[in-house]
Amino acid sequence: MTQQTTTPQRQMTGAEIFVRSLIEENVEIVFGYPGGAVIGIYDALHDISDIKHILTRHEQGAVHAAEGYAKASGRPGVALVTSGPGATNTVTGIADAYMDSIPIVVFTGQVALKLIGNDAFQEADIVGITRPITKHSYLVRDVNELATTIKEAFYVATTGRPGPVLVDLPKDVMATKTIFNYPKSVKLRSYQPHVEGNQKQLDKAVALISKAKRPVLYVGGGAILSNAAGELKKFAHKTKIPVTTTLHGLGAFPETDELSLGMLGMHGTWYSNTAVNYCDLLIAVGARFDDRVTGKTDAFAPEAKKIHIDVDPSNISKNVKVDVPIVGDVKKVLQQLLPLVSALDTKDWIQTIKNWKEEHPLRYNNGKYIRMQHVIQKISEMTKGKAVMISDVGQHQMWMAQFYQYIYPRTHLTSGGLGTMGFSLPASVGAAFARKDFPIVSISGDGGIQMNIQELATIREYNVPVKIIILNNGYLGMVRQWQELFWRKRYSHVEMLSPDYVKVAEAYGIPGFRATVTNEVEDVIKQLFATDGPALAEFKVVKEDNVYPMIPAGQTYHEIIDIPNEKSAPIEGEEQTDLEMVTFSKG
Amino acid sequence: MSETIEQSIAQTARKHTISLLLENKFGALNRVAGMFSAKGYNLESITVGPTEDASVSRMTIVTKGDDAIIEQIIKQLNKLIDTLKVVDLTYDSFMERELALIKIGTTPENRPEIMQVVEIFQAKIIDISHKTLTVEATGSGQKVDAIIKMLKPFHIKEIARTGRVALKREFVGEV
Ligand SMILES: Cc1ncc(C[n+]2csc(CCOP(=O)(O)OP(=O)(O)O)c2C)c(N)n1
Ligand SMILES: [Mg+2]
Repeated sequence: MTQQTTTPQRQMTGAEIFVRSLIEENVEIVFGYPGGAVIGIYDALHDISDIKHILTRHEQGAVHAAEGYAKASGRPGVALVTSGPGATNTVTGIADAYMDSIPIVVFTGQVALKLIGNDAFQEADIVGITRPITKHSYLVRDVNELATTIKEAFYVATTGRPGPVLVDLPKDVMATKTIFNYPKSVKLRSYQPHVEGNQKQLDKAVALISKAKRPVLYVGGGAILSNAAGELKKFAHKTKIPVTTTLHGLGAFPETDELSLGMLGMHGTWYSNTAVNYCDLLIAVGARFDDRVTGKTDAFAPEAKKIHIDVDPSNISKNVKVDVPIVGDVKKVLQQLLPLVSALDTKDWIQTIKNWKEEHPLRYNNGKYIRMQHVIQKISEMTKGKAVMISDVGQHQMWMAQFYQYIYPRTHLTSGGLGTMGFSLPASVGAAFARKDFPIVSISGDGGIQMNIQELATIREYNVPVKIIILNNGYLGMVRQWQELFWRKRYSHVEMLSPDYVKVAEAYGIPGFRATVTNEVEDVIKQLFATDGPALAEFKVVKEDNVYPMIPAGQTYHEIIDIPNEKSAPIEGEEQTDLEMVTFSKG
Repeated sequence: MSETIEQSIAQTARKHTISLLLENKFGALNRVAGMFSAKGYNLESITVGPTEDASVSRMTIVTKGDDAIIEQIIKQLNKLIDTLKVVDLTYDSFMERELALIKIGTTPENRPEIMQVVEIFQAKIIDISHKTLTVEATGSGQKVDAIIKMLKPFHIKEIARTGRVALKREFVGEV
């Protein structure tokens, strides 16, 4: 139920109301693509200077851009597309936002109400298609409900556990006139997200924390979504509890801090997984015990009591049974816990972890030919955490998680839950409009870049200052790695031809650079950052390199494969003597 | 995934009757049914209808699962934006009713016998022709099962069942 403002106004069409509603929501940018069903909306957008519209080159790109904007800024992202194929092209992006709890509102055109169900031209039941991948969705059947629906859509997308909301807008509804009244506030009797943690649960948690000898904070994307990095830092420092993060938690806690363990999970650091395996208390903070983190669930943190802070009650005890669940907003719950906890004596525990870090650092063999690890490490050294790093999906994504040292929240954007190849480039467009203070770095593999490469045109047209990096190993590298390790090296359809990316960049009017050997890497990165506006660099990297450490899917900590210690070259022809072992540690 | 769910159902599953109040909005039933199929939960019966408040619908769901699955089902139902209230009636004392229409092919010889069964179950005959007889049976799911079982030896031509509706019982004294 929503409160209405009372000032009477002139009659407006649904399309005008739509635009006015976005302005009321302080939407500054819309990523979209026009078509017949939304032509009226686009007409209403034409004269509006308060809202910037970015024409992507594919509706999937529009949704990923909205995601990138939301992830980098913490504000909801908005996409606008036409009916039918425009709407169905948004499906992957919506599913991605659903898996990663990203607040976006997707507006789709729809055929006129009386044509719905008739197989009308460009009709698709997008509400039905996206029902399982949206937090909520609406079909607006009456122009008088439009403003309220938009208000609700933004409210639902951004509160509680955030997520994508879809609003389907039939063409005739958008042409109908009514008086515009934007609701001041929204209160839904059926939807009231938990914010504060229950005091009894907090007390139980504090009791467990006070007794812990080997505690670990296991921090997920929820800490970033709720803007809790400040509270988390205070909490870890006050209690002296080491911190490991998930892929989505990267940036929630500075990896330069001695309490940082880097990432855990399938390709996490050896020491973070070891610490979790031996810890006696695991405090999950906005993390959901995903299978890429836990491996075999009943062997995950087997000695630990578990506390789980999460805003979504359905995440509690979904995968792993916990001792003390606390349902609430991560930021709020940490604020509630902070005055109740005190310093623990974790000196020995931290020393043990320090030894593990020294014995099992992240490392790789540097040689004549370029390793992806090296490129990422160099970018890390040059930007010192002050960049928004947007990854795609594959080996380079895992090395980006390992070899970049994240310090600030919202500086690592990735498709973690759905693992959507093609995410990085369009997401970087959105991120660039959200953040002007840090350089925007989009890194893709040769596979992923080709999935949304059309967005180079968007980047050129709007002069989006994205530093585009392609780590080209000539393979769908992550799949090749699995085929090597688990399918007897039968490389089935993973080797892949690429275009000349420097020429592609030039064709789009974007300066392009290339490095083919290690000693060119630094210069090329410097050139990339020295170029005003967008620029692209291709790094030809060694073809067959593997991401380690690795806990194979569904297995336990004890099956962990550490990074090989011997100096070995993953490609033929490289002289063993060229190699130098480079080590890298978090914290 | 579905295999493990089914295995655990086989181990400790029991039947649960869940009563759900939700906003009477477009597509609400779809959201509930869709959630069950998306998550691979068992859905034995689902009924929906209006309540005393026109803006609210009541859904009665009969499902099967072990405690962990039922806990997730309830959480997932609560997570739906349109959900107002979820109650697992299983642990309360509750009233449940189901209605079945059973059309039976008859002969002059077996008709009295059928009518006897109908009488025992306090069911009603609501249609009759030379060759058929239609019975309306109301009661708990078990009672409806039982009358159908008793009528099986005759020639059942068609059955329509409503699925379960249920409400919490308020009476608290000894029965
Ligand atoms: C849209 C999509 N299709 C398929 C996959 C499966 N997949 C995961 S990683 C990967 C290989 C990615 O190759 P590339 O982009 O070259 O990155 P690399 O692993 O070589 O660094 C594939 C095909 C996926 N994640 N997303
Ligand atoms: Mg590749």
